[in-house]
Formats: sequence, C-alpha cells, structure tokens
Amino acid sequence: MSAIIEEHHHDDHHHGPAKGLMRWVFTTNHKDIGTLYLWFSFMMFLLGGTFALVIRAELFQPGLQLVAPEFFNQMTTMHGLIMVFGAVMPAFVGLANWLIPMMIGAPDMALPRMNNYSFWILPFAFTMLASTLLMEGGGPNFGWTFYAPLSTTYAPPSVTYFIFAVHLMGISSIMGSINVVVTILNLRAPGMTLMQMPLFVWTWLITAYLLIAVMPVLAGVVTMMLMDIHFGTSFFNAAGGGDPVLFQHVFWFFGHPEVYIMILPAFGIVSAIIPTFARKRLFGYASMVYATSSIAFLSFIVWGHHMFTVGMPLAGELYFMYATMLIAVPTGVKVFNWIATMWQGSMTFETPMLFAIAFVVLFTIGGLSGLMLSIAPADFQYQDTYFVVAHFHYVLVPGSIFSIMAAVYYWLPKWTGHMYDEKLGKTHFWLSFIGVNVTFFPQHFIGLAGMPRRIPDYALQFADYNMISSVGAFLFGFSQLLFLVIVIKCIKTGKQATAQVWEGAHGLEWTVPSPAPYHTFSTPDEVNLKEAHG
Amino acid sequence: MIEQSQNRRMVLKLAGAAIGMFGFGFALVPLYDVICEITGLNGKTGEQYVQTTEATIDKDRTVTIQFLASNNGAMAWDFRPQVRSMKVHPGEVNTTSFYVKNPALTTMLAQSVPSVTPFAAAAYLHKTECFCFTQQQLTAGESMDMPLRFIIDSDLPEHIQTLTLSYTLFDITEQPQDRVASSAE
Amino acid sequence: MEKAKQSRWLVALSLLLSSSMVYADWTVNMRQGVTAISREIYELHMLIFWVCVVIGVLVFGVMIISMLLHRKSVGAVSADFHDNTTVEILWTVIPVIILLAMAVPATTTLNKMYDPGEAAIDIEVRGLQWKWQYTYLNNDPTKEVKFVSSLLTPREEILNETRKREHYLLDVDNELVIPVNTRVRFLVTSGDTLHAWWVPDFAVKRDAIPGFIHQAWAEVEKTGIYRGQCAELCGKDHGFMPIVVRVVEQGEYETWLAGKQEEGRLVYETVGKEWTQDELMAKGEEVYLRVCAACHQANGQGLPPAFPSLVGQGLAVGPMAAHLDIVLNGKAGTSMQSFKGQLNAAEIAAVVIYERNAWGNNMGDSIQPREVNKMMSTGQ
Repeated sequence: MSAIIEEHHHDDHHHGPAKGLMRWVFTTNHKDIGTLYLWFSFMMFLLGGTFALVIRAELFQPGLQLVAPEFFNQMTTMHGLIMVFGAVMPAFVGLANWLIPMMIGAPDMALPRMNNYSFWILPFAFTMLASTLLMEGGGPNFGWTFYAPLSTTYAPPSVTYFIFAVHLMGISSIMGSINVVVTILNLRAPGMTLMQMPLFVWTWLITAYLLIAVMPVLAGVVTMMLMDIHFGTSFFNAAGGGDPVLFQHVFWFFGHPEVYIMILPAFGIVSAIIPTFARKRLFGYASMVYATSSIAFLSFIVWGHHMFTVGMPLAGELYFMYATMLIAVPTGVKVFNWIATMWQGSMTFETPMLFAIAFVVLFTIGGLSGLMLSIAPADFQYQDTYFVVAHFHYVLVPGSIFSIMAAVYYWLPKWTGHMYDEKLGKTHFWLSFIGVNVTFFPQHFIGLAGMPRRIPDYALQFADYNMISSVGAFLFGFSQLLFLVIVIKCIKTGKQATAQVWEGAHGLEWTVPSPAPYHTFSTPDEVNLKEAHG
Repeated sequence: MIEQSQNRRMVLKLAGAAIGMFGFGFALVPLYDVICEITGLNGKTGEQYVQTTEATIDKDRTVTIQFLASNNGAMAWDFRPQVRSMKVHPGEVNTTSFYVKNPALTTMLAQSVPSVTPFAAAAYLHKTECFCFTQQQLTAGESMDMPLRFIIDSDLPEHIQTLTLSYTLFDITEQPQDRVASSAE
Repeated sequence: MEKAKQSRWLVALSLLLSSSMVYADWTVNMRQGVTAISREIYELHMLIFWVCVVIGVLVFGVMIISMLLHRKSVGAVSADFHDNTTVEILWTVIPVIILLAMAVPATTTLNKMYDPGEAAIDIEVRGLQWKWQYTYLNNDPTKEVKFVSSLLTPREEILNETRKREHYLLDVDNELVIPVNTRVRFLVTSGDTLHAWWVPDFAVKRDAIPGFIHQAWAEVEKTGIYRGQCAELCGKDHGFMPIVVRVVEQGEYETWLAGKQEEGRLVYETVGKEWTQDELMAKGEEVYLRVCAACHQANGQGLPPAFPSLVGQGLAVGPMAAHLDIVLNGKAGTSMQSFKGQLNAAEIAAVVIYERNAWGNNMGDSIQPREVNKMMSTGQ
C-alpha cells in the first residue's frame, strides 16, 4: 500500500495533480492539503455558527421558547468545541500549509505523508463529536471547558466519545505542528535566516511549539477523565482523595496557551497585510518577533487568572494578577507597531485591508476588556458573566476569524488565479463588521449588569440587549453565506490575477505565477530572496 | 539524503517532547498535591501528624475552630459534629468527635473528606487522629462517635482568629474497594 | 448623558417588539453595591475602564488620522521608516507604569477581601442541583436554622404561558435574611457538582466545590432585598437557581431568627426526636385509620382487585424502600396517590411501620421520621 502511495506521490512530481476524488484522499501536496483544511474549517464554522444561532434564537426573549435547558447546554458546549478545534485551529493549519512552504521557498512541507494523515484524522474526530448529539442522554453538556465533576460523575454517557474525539484532534494538531516546525527549521531556502522570515512564519513557528507543549497536556487531562469515569481512579473525585480544582489547574495550563494558539497566527497575517496596503515596510519587525515570543512565554504562567473566584491563597491571586497584567505590554507593542506601519503610508482599502484594520481595532477592544478582567478584585464581579463572553468573542471573532477572512481575501487570487469581486467583498466586510459589533458589544453591558453566562433564560432587565445581540448574531451568521458565494464566484468566474496581485505585496509567494503552480520552488534556484524582501 | 535524516531526528525530538508533555500533565497531579501540602492551597489538610517535639502551649492566644459536617449527593447517613465550635489555645492537643449513623437497611461504606478555610490556616492544623484517615463501614442502623484529635500550630498567622474545618461524607459503597483505599491514602 | 438617550431609545424599541415585559433595575454598568468592598471594586472597575477609554481614544485616534491623511487616494506617498528605538522604548515603558499604578489599588482591595476578621454570623451556603441550602451555625444545635431556598417563578411563566412578573427568575421561596451593618461570613461548599454563589451587590462570588469549603464575607450597609444567581455551570437548571438576600435591621433579624428557631424546634420535636417502636405503632394506627382505611380497610384486607390487601403480601412485607416510595410518591395509573404533600415525615414513617407490623405482618423493622424527612427533602 505504502509503495503505491509512494509511486503516486512520485508521479505527482512530474504530472501535477491526480484526477478525481482520490487526488484529495491520497494527496501529499501542501497546497491540496491546505485547501482541504480550509474547506473543512469553513464547514465547521458554519456548523458551529448554526449552534450559535440556536443559542441566540433561544436568548432572543426571556422564557424558554425553542429548546430545553439540557439541549441549550449541549449547544453552548458544542459551539465552543467546534469553533475552537474545528474552525479556528484547522483554518490556521490550512493557511500554514498553503503559505509556509511558499513563503520560505520550500518545495513542500517536510513530512508530506504525515501531513495527509493529520488532516484526514479530523473529519473522523468531528463526525464522532457531532454524532454525540444524537446519542442517548445527548452530547457533551458541560461547557467547552468541561470542568469536573460535571464532565465526569455527572456526565452523559456520550462523554467517552467526546474524550476520543479530543484525543484525535490532539494527535492531528501535534502531527501538524511537528510538520510546521521541521519545515520551517529545515527547509528554508538557502540564505534565508530566521530573522528574515515573514512574520506569519515566525508566529506559526511559535504557535507550533505551543501546540506541541500543551496539546499533550489536554490529552492527559481527558485521559484522567476517562480513567475516573471507567477505571475507578479518583483524579478529580474528592471521595477518593482527588480534587475537582486540580482539573481546572491542568485544563487551564493547556487552555491559556490554547487561546494564544488561536491568535498568534492572526498577528502574522495582519503583519503581512497592513504593510502591503500601506505600501510601507512593517514597523519594528524584530520587536514583533520578541513580543510574540514573550506572549508565548507568559501564556504558560498566567492560567490562574481563569480561577480567581475558585479559591486560591492571596499570594496566588496576586501573582496571577500581576503576571496577567504584564501580557498587556507585548500585546500593546504589537498594536503600536501596526499603527506605526500605517502611519505615513500610502493606504488603499481593499477587502483584506478592511478586515485587517477591523482586526486591529476590535482586537484592541478585546484586549482592553482583557486588561479589565486581569484586575483580580474586579474579576470577582466579571467572572462567569457575559462580560467575559463579550471579551473572548471580541478577541476570537473579529480577532481570529477576521484575520482568517483577511487572509483568504488576500491570498485567494494567488491560490485560484482569479480576483474575487471587490464590491461583494466589501459588502461582506461591512455586514460582518456591523454584525459582530451589534452581537457582542451589548454583551459587555448585560455582563456588567449581572447576567451569568451559559444560561438558557434570563431575568427581564437583560431583555433589551439580548434581543439586540440576537439580531446582530443572525446578521453576522447569514453574512457568511455571502462569503461562500464570493469564494465560489472567484474560483469559477473571477478575472485573471497577476503574479504580484497587490501593488505593495512583497514576499516569495508573490514571485510565483497566479494561480500558484502545483509544485513551487522545487529547486533552490527558483527562489529569489531579493524579491521576497523588496 | 542528508535532509531526510535531519528531518527524522527533529521529528523524533519533537515527538519526544510531546510525549514528555503528556507525562508532564500527569506529573502535575503529585506536583499539585505537594504544592497543596506546603501552601495549604485549596484548604487541603495534611496526613496524620506525628508530634516530634513537645509543643509550647500559647495560653495568651485563643483561636476559634468551627466544625461542619455535610453529606455529598444522596448520601443518607446522619452526620454531625458533637460540638459546633471550640475555643482553643495554639499548641494544645484537643479532642472532639463527630456522630454518624447509617439509617439504611444495608451495610454502607463512607469516606469523609476534610477541608479548611481560610486556606492559609490549612497548613497549621495538625490532626493526630482523624476518622478521615480511614473509611467507615456501618451496618444497617449502626451508629458511632468518631474521634478527632488535633493541634493548632503555634505559628498560625496572627490575623487568623477563626478557622473552619469541614467534613463532607461521600458514599463509596459502590466503588471498588482496593482502588478507593489506595487513592485515599 | 449619552447613555440615558441610548437607553430611552432601546426601551422604546423593545417595548414596541414585546409590550408584555416589565423592565426593572435597568442598568448598563456594574453595580456600586452596598458594601465597602463592592464600592471599592466599582471604583477600581471605573478607574481601569477610563484608563482603557483613554488608551482606546489615543490609539484609535492616531489610526483614524492616519487613515484619513495617509491614503493613496489623497496622494499620500509612503515614508521609509521601519524602526525607532526611542518610540519603541516609550511605548513599552509607559504601559508598564500604568500597570504598576493599577496594581497598587487592586492589591489593597484584594487584601481586604481576604481578611474576614471577626464575623458575628456564620452561614454555611451549600449549592445543590439546583437550589441553595443555608445553615445558620449556632453552638446550640437546637437553635441552628437550616433551610433550602429554591426558585419561586412558576413553570408557566418560564414556558411563556402566563405573563412574566417582576423578579422573573430572581425570586425564591425562602430568602436568606441577614442583619444590616453586621459582618457575616459565608462558608461556601457544594453537595454535588460545582456551583458559584454570587450576589453582585455584595461583590461576593465564591465557587462551591464538592468536598471543599471556601469562605467569603460581607458587611452590608443598607437594608433591602438583593438578588443574585448561580455563576458556575452546574447542569440542566443552572439558570434557575437564584439567590435572594433580605437585609434587615438587627431587631427584625432577631425576630425572624427566633421564628425560624421555633419552627425548627417544632419540627425537631415531631420529626427530629428518637421515636420508640411503640410510639410509631400508636401514631401509625391513628394515621392508618384516618387516611388509609377507606380503601385498604381497617383490617388491611383491602377490596381487591381495585384496592389490594396489605396482609402478608405485596410491598408491606417487601423491601421498606419500595414501601416508603409508594406511600410518598403514589403509583401512576392507580388510586394510590402521593401522600408527600399531605402527611409529615413522622406520619409517613409511622404509618409504614404500622402496616409492616400490624395484622400479623411481623416484619420487625423500623425507621425514624428524621430519616424519612431526609428522603422527602432530597426528593427521593
């Protein structure tokens, strides 16, 4: 079998892609796999979005209208899990697959076979996860953070499938990350030093290390759950000498780096787009690299800020508060660098630039509410309210998701060889921008006014803003169908794109024709580093 | 191909790191216990205390200790402290007891789990004898007084005037005995 | 102010959309609350909020100016700078200074929150799926007050069958009552999964963790009714376990407490005391003749097949748990109704013991009313 694939792979080198469905099943080509990842993540985005709309529809008015509380809890849980592990992370891996080899002048990823496996694990993992909704007792209903003992002693029987699904996702992520690290460290075009790499490559290198460090910890924590549920151990069960709070410590030791895993590649994307449309070099390249590294480092030592109300000795609370506040410094440096890049540039505002600017503004708002949350005494009032929901959606939706959309618009002409429809793209941007803010901005208010998160019904004083938030959510949700239309239209009928595509674009990927040939940079002499740095 | 072997070496290193981090996740469990023991994190109290030196009794200082007893979930036993609170001097050995009765029609096995608040006090509460060190088995209708002997360390920080010792009683009749016993230690 | 204008517009809009609702306590900001700590936290919140607003205005202001001036369409030509050590040092150092300035008051407040001092009243707060159990600790066990507080909002309001009244989802059957200007310590724990006890006006939020006890405290400065909710996902009805605290003058508190203690004493005397088998049999016969004999007959023979005999057959000589269950909960599809609501724990224990030991049913077993009471209160 492997010999056949080997043969096949060898064939590719000379004749371009194979025909038919088998091309996608057996492909080891980084561009094909990147495409698979991106389409998969878009499907998951729509699925997770549908769950979100179920939530927002139920919360449109006080009272129970559409779903029972049990099902509501499954929706919040699955929405979180699907969006984090199914939409955002695979989308970044897809972008890494497409772009990293082209950005560093490598012919492909270092481990093409493993690349194929790490993608094809995902459909199985998510089919298993989604199928729990149809099982007896329902799907996971304990929140995406799956705190014990709700996820152990009190969990529905489907929790075992959830655990296996998480294991599969973890294996996929770890394999993907190993591939990224090896590719970046071993396959850079001759003469490209680390400090000459585009920032997207840098941020992904750091992200990959984070993934290798924390995905196994997540695997460990779900394994402990599995043992508690089926093999009578007591990691998280107080009766047997365990401790439910231990779960939270181990989970957030994974969970905090995880949230940076979902934002660091976004920093890389924005650092590529803003200079292009400002027609000016990125300000403070080196400080960007150092800031990213320090954010990654800090992410390991701040997990306790998710647990201020859980109960820690005073010294613990103070330590986690100070450490968390520190994160504002490197994050601020990044924002200032982007603005300094725009300053005295010669800007145009095509769709990728619009998304990138919206990213900077709205991510900053999310960052500032994060700073508020870091103040431990105030966190006693914010914790587990909609203020927190508003905060992390501001950094994840107009943060991570907007950056992914910016990336798709930016590199789509390179991938497909066609331009997208600029007018439709801008329409999509404005609808998304308005939708996101109408959805999440009012959630700050209802959170401060005292509405807890993860409740299917609420007191009357929260009614107005919930209604507005739901309207915004539907606007945002349905606008994404326009995105689908734009991409399909671009592939089918978009007008021919040039090799450079954007006037101000620099980097190796813009030195190859559009669409990018199936094999690029097969030999080192195809790489023109001078062009890359313009 | 040099490049291939270079890749393989790096893959092995990174995979090793991933496996190491998987192990680290599990290592966090004993690590957490040690940190709890030292800092009193989460109000965990220590193992059985063996008094090594004759403690000096601080007669000038009085500390209030409260006792709480509650059942977890549907546990049916009667469980209550014989006294709600005591005023004690740091350094002296104190004795009290908890009443427990199994009203069910079958023999049941229980484990009580201690917890102290404020956390900062946990490390200063030494129990020389406690029913929480073992499991309790009571036949149908059986009752007993379970003794507790403890010393509050003279080094208890000045600002702590009241500490609360709570026991939660868990029904472990259904759980496999050997595993419960080993993890409870 | 801007806010007021916005709120009027929103109220108008939502009234238009659903005229049946009541809008109470309409607010967009954190509550100042009624304790010194809650006010300090509010101040901290406002301070950091304004710091964020100023940072936001500066950052976004520069961005907007740049977007207006440095666009290609107005003929801007891009400059060629990409580094400036002075600026970079400045925008690293200034945030550090701001953070240090924020850390100082935050630390002070946190210190206060962690020092409960000498509390006059200690209340154990126990989270249960999906209600709260409160125990006023007292050195005299007969004076200890203990009760369960659960949602009062009727099912019909939740299912939109009737109009939602004020305090929808924020009303409970038994309020927690505490005196004003008195330091109260809350000892928070859980009987099943995680919960969190949160009263925004006190700025008290504590996770309830099974097997562990955590403390929080409040000294409320103003009488009134304060409402909160469970703030940690605890399963199906997480959204339906509110907290209501009534803060009253010391005298009123004492009267309330004495009333509760008297109530408790009465229950203790009937349900809580140790009953002998003879007392149970005597009480049981009385209850049986009054309630059960109409169907099952005074001699226990019943009128089969509609009303089965209790003598020497069926549950009366089977396991006691099943026997208790049918008396407490009834049997669907038959005339056997649930007596939970009609008889107290002592009466139920007595009648079950009577049935098991009368007419030659010499089962010889016994149960205390206290234990039946426990079954009734845990809903088994």
